[in-house]
Amino acid sequence: MTYETIFAGFGGQGILFSGKVVAYAGMIEGKNVSHLPSYGPEMRGGTANCSVIVSDELVASPIITEPELLVVMNGPSLDKFENAVVPGGKIFIDSTLISRECERDDVESFRIPATQMANDMGIPKLANMIMVGKLIKETNMFTWEQLTGAVTKLVPPAKAAMLESNIKALEAGYNF
Amino acid sequence: MSKVLMKGNEALAEAAIRAGCRHFFGYPITPQTEVSAYMAKKMPKIGGTFLQAESEVAAINMVYGAGGAGVRVMTSSSSPGISLKQEGISYIAGADVPCVIVNIVRGGPGLGGIQPAQSDYFQATKGGGHGDYHLVVLAPSSIQEMVDLTSDAFDIGDKYRCPVMIMGDGMLGQMMEPVEFKDADVSNLPEKTWATTGTGMKRKKNIINSLFLEASELEKLVLERQERYAEIAKNEVRYEAVDVEDADVVLVAYGTTSRIAKTAMAKAKEMGLKVGIIRPITLWPFPFEAFNNALNGKDKKFLCVEMSTGQMIEDVKLAVGDKAEVHFFGRTGGIVPTPKEILNKIIELGGAK
Amino acid sequence: MEKVFQKPHALSDVPFHYCPGCPHGIVHRLVAEVIDELGIEGDTIGVAPVGCSVMAYNYFECDMQEAAHGRAPAVATGIKRARPDKVVFTYQGDGDLAAIGTAETVHVAARGENVTTIFINNAIYGMTGGQMAPTTLPGQVTQTSPYGRDVKTQGNPIRVSEMLATLDGPAYIERVTVDTIPHIKQAKAAIKKAFQMQIEGKGFSLVEVVSTCPTNWGMSPQESFQWMRDNMLVKYPLGVYKDITKEEEAK
Repeated sequence: MTYETIFAGFGGQGILFSGKVVAYAGMIEGKNVSHLPSYGPEMRGGTANCSVIVSDELVASPIITEPELLVVMNGPSLDKFENAVVPGGKIFIDSTLISRECERDDVESFRIPATQMANDMGIPKLANMIMVGKLIKETNMFTWEQLTGAVTKLVPPAKAAMLESNIKALEAGYNF
Repeated sequence: MSKVLMKGNEALAEAAIRAGCRHFFGYPITPQTEVSAYMAKKMPKIGGTFLQAESEVAAINMVYGAGGAGVRVMTSSSSPGISLKQEGISYIAGADVPCVIVNIVRGGPGLGGIQPAQSDYFQATKGGGHGDYHLVVLAPSSIQEMVDLTSDAFDIGDKYRCPVMIMGDGMLGQMMEPVEFKDADVSNLPEKTWATTGTGMKRKKNIINSLFLEASELEKLVLERQERYAEIAKNEVRYEAVDVEDADVVLVAYGTTSRIAKTAMAKAKEMGLKVGIIRPITLWPFPFEAFNNALNGKDKKFLCVEMSTGQMIEDVKLAVGDKAEVHFFGRTGGIVPTPKEILNKIIELGGAK
Repeated sequence: MEKVFQKPHALSDVPFHYCPGCPHGIVHRLVAEVIDELGIEGDTIGVAPVGCSVMAYNYFECDMQEAAHGRAPAVATGIKRARPDKVVFTYQGDGDLAAIGTAETVHVAARGENVTTIFINNAIYGMTGGQMAPTTLPGQVTQTSPYGRDVKTQGNPIRVSEMLATLDGPAYIERVTVDTIPHIKQAKAAIKKAFQMQIEGKGFSLVEVVSTCPTNWGMSPQESFQWMRDNMLVKYPLGVYKDITKEEEAK
């Protein structure tokens, strides 16, 4: 089984970190993984995206040109990647920040008001984790325990409060 | 040892530290700056030196000084910065000083771009600086291999007293993959009796130098170095060859490009095509034996795939001679070829049979 | 028979390649005497430049590295960082230090790198046959300023000691010369102080030696020194330009 996901949005939304959570969970589960970020000037305040592959096979090319899974947290990212998604793929849209619907009828799309939810929950920086929660729920890439296990290992032990908020956000997305 | 998820540039820096490197001299340039940043964070905590030099030129000359004084030393840069370092690299080769130079290649020429490329192959393998010399050039294709080769790079440099280059590209530098660090024992490295460590009034002075005004003396030294290069070519050639024996089309690719070529190869096989791959790991010395093994009488076509307009292809042609056709597919300027593009080329070659 | 004069131990027993009347020999000897007197030969690593003193690695008995043109301060930095308990010095001319290696010079000083530089300023490129140097005086005739250095098109000379003294990094900078016995004694004292400051870990030290080039100036050694006194010492006055031990005392 191979999961190829593109995460995309603005710099500062934690796009690369959401990709890292997924790659990390894969690594803990003994899968082959790769995490390839966009880099350079476009990263400095502009758009950010990363390609994450979680696979039972060795990861050949870390570049994803035709993702099965797309997580987008701003309009330009949906415009850029919508048509690249393979038929039958899944698109996860932060509907607080993207007003338009997905225009494809051969993919499954999910609209999650992640930014609004995060604001309401008092954790405005963790909309990305809400999106990850939903992604994992709809793909069964990992179990809930595997997902929270990865986040627990990623967040430094000294920052217990931060871990708690991350899990709260994941849960909100997972149960949405 | 358990695996950790690390960015290529950071994994490389950590691998160097674990290989006993305590001296790093660098200058910031995208897409390898994380190497410097990692060293800046780590070195002060372990009694090592991180120094941000005033220029790439100064950085490589600091490497020359420290390497000459006998310590394991590294510098890291990307294409335009590596061009600036060429003077120092030539002196280092001419004075037989071991060191490790990392090039996380970006598109060129000139200031070029910051996306991944392989267009520094000529510079790395055919000289770059002036004079009769070679760099040993190691080309990893994954973060794990980058980590493993970093340790080897220091060993090779010390063993043959030569500069060693690790050549990656922007993608390898920036991507994250799980890596496992094998603990190398660096507590008992062989003593460098030639280094400038102070005579202690116990031995004759050591001189680190590349100036020999007597032509016959210089020739003798250059020829001795060539003998060492022959030893390296005999002992240190590394490559991966997969399904080459029975292939109609043999892909030739290194580094990041080899991974994409492998994706294309898998798809071609699903279509019933017979495709193999030769992946040079040492770009110098070039793995000529891999090609000799592949040329087993069966009619084959070779397809060299690069992120350049065709540089390694010259070595592939040299290796293959007139025994087989050599074709090329490349993208350049920071464009990474897609598996589909490579697959189309394979079909074109395979279908023409 | 009583021995009243001998070669310093730190000076190798080989003939110099320098031209007759060249002060490099005097300065080499002073450096070697200082190394002997401080008892640091076994702990010293020298860096030779590119220029007339390119083969200085043959003339000092300590370990030596030969640097590319202008890069001696960077090479010395690498050595010092690798071997912080050793005494590291560079020996450089004006083209090496103040033209092609200006960046390295300024930054080794700015970092306060704990090394010592002996800087020979004779206002000319000697090794290549007498071309204009960064310290060539206005109006001075050289092979590449055949009508005299025209500052409008060829720029102004650089006063290295004054320039570096504006930085916070250096511990000690003095300009000396070696035309007379008292001046030679003063030069040796400066070189000794520079090495001592390094040994005490005080930071970057530089001794600029205003010198001559009889061959390329086209003068006898004595005429050269006279020309140097009449012209160069006006532009490049002798004296201490920086001494943090004095600054500390003053506080």
